[in-house]
Amino acid sequence: MKRTFTLALACAAMLAALPALAQDSLAKIKEKGVLTVGVKNDYKPWGFLEPSGKIVGLEIDLAQAVADKIGVKLEMLPVIAANRMEFLKQGRIDMVLATMGDTPDRRKIVGMVEPNYYAGATNVLAPKSANLKKWEDLKGRKVCGVQGAYYNRRVTQLYAPELVVFPSVPDALNALQGNNCVGFLFDDTLIVSTLAGGDPKWANYEMPLVSEDPQLWAIGIRIEDMDGPFGKLVKEMSVDWHKSGKLLELETKWGIKQSPYLIETNKKLKSAS
Amino acid sequence: MIASYFQWLNDTHGLNFSVFYDAFDRSRFLTGLWTTTYICVVSIIASMVLGLIGVWLAGGDSRLGRLVVRGYVQFFRNTPPLVQLSFFYFAVAGLLPTVSDGSGGQSPLVSGTGWAIIAFSLFAGAFNVEIFRAGIEAVPSTTVEAAESLGYTRLQLYLHVVLPLAFRICLPALNNNLINLVKTTTLAYAIGVPELLYAASQIWSEMFNVREMMNVLLVTYVALVAVLVWIMGRWEKAMRIPGYST
Repeated sequence: MKRTFTLALACAAMLAALPALAQDSLAKIKEKGVLTVGVKNDYKPWGFLEPSGKIVGLEIDLAQAVADKIGVKLEMLPVIAANRMEFLKQGRIDMVLATMGDTPDRRKIVGMVEPNYYAGATNVLAPKSANLKKWEDLKGRKVCGVQGAYYNRRVTQLYAPELVVFPSVPDALNALQGNNCVGFLFDDTLIVSTLAGGDPKWANYEMPLVSEDPQLWAIGIRIEDMDGPFGKLVKEMSVDWHKSGKLLELETKWGIKQSPYLIETNKKLKSAS
Repeated sequence: MIASYFQWLNDTHGLNFSVFYDAFDRSRFLTGLWTTTYICVVSIIASMVLGLIGVWLAGGDSRLGRLVVRGYVQFFRNTPPLVQLSFFYFAVAGLLPTVSDGSGGQSPLVSGTGWAIIAFSLFAGAFNVEIFRAGIEAVPSTTVEAAESLGYTRLQLYLHVVLPLAFRICLPALNNNLINLVKTTTLAYAIGVPELLYAASQIWSEMFNVREMMNVLLVTYVALVAVLVWIMGRWEKAMRIPGYST
């Protein structure tokens, strides 16, 4: 009896000590020698698979920069919108760098690093023959989308399309190509780069609507890390990426048009220092 | 009343069962429940009809009919249902003509839900052919011969003698397969059919209540299968012949 009691106490003590252990992620990362980052592998050119099977992209370069700064190896874990926050909470990854929109709801779950490294808005990719002129034209028509995207709910409530949502971007694009829906609801950044890619598959497609609901993207870390050494490091690096023009350079490197948000933030931070 | 309780539970304990207080989420979940139920009911009936046709052809005189059934059973029994579903939705659907949707766009001839029903009916139907065959082969040959000597045609023999007996024998196996079919419908999620799993994942990716929704999902499926088992049990009882089988 006494022994059981002692054991129970020991267990309780260990459980109580757990949150305290979870504080200093930076030390743990250094100890492991690996930084694990959740990335996209279907979101050209932010994070996508090369023919060789390697994941590359703008966000991968950023993740690599963080790993280099800490002086550890980078390990990438492909995530989707629907599971990335869960993975972070469970500690499977140390950081999310996967086109994640920064919303007040999500801030309750995940630490969003400021300054935000990118900004996108919502639009649709549709065949020219679909004849979409304004958002209201989506009403009652089948529109493909991707699971876990923050704008699914908003667009459904405002314009009442019949949303057909797929686990990943390639599935949704296949369904669009197969005429299973009239359009594909997504970030305008990806749509622009898809159309600009020069792939003959998309020759008869367009981005017909006016982009709506601009949304900042953020690097996600665990909330406990926000004020810890790891959070501080990532924040400092974010400021530096904007200030030094690294983000603008990366856009050019990956063939993305320089976005107004980045130009503006770059100016702002430069004049502030 | 219920809504306010779950609202309170969320505010005080952080247990977010949004389907019980958020109208938007509730309607999505109910749509999912309806879609799943609809796919189940139609697929169950269609797969049993397919099984009966298949077993009729498999025992028939036409060599071609027998070959077709054999091929069908082997093909659908030996490939994963998710692969079949993707094959229909992404490969076959692209080859079919599209119809105008009335506002200048094109919409597919068969919707995602339609393909799900087709794929699952064929999949479960292949198993049902074998299940019915097992039942038919368990009918004593003496009984069949006795009926034949009384001048029954093959159709009469099946309808009045063989099938009633075979059905009672194969009900447990049929139950198994139909319960499996209910669970297989979750695969429709992969082609964007708004069934239960799809609805739940939509909700948890917005509300971040994965644990709560997982529990709701499990309970819902247990309830769905319980309803099916209850119906089949009633049916089995109604068909009991005292002194015959169990």
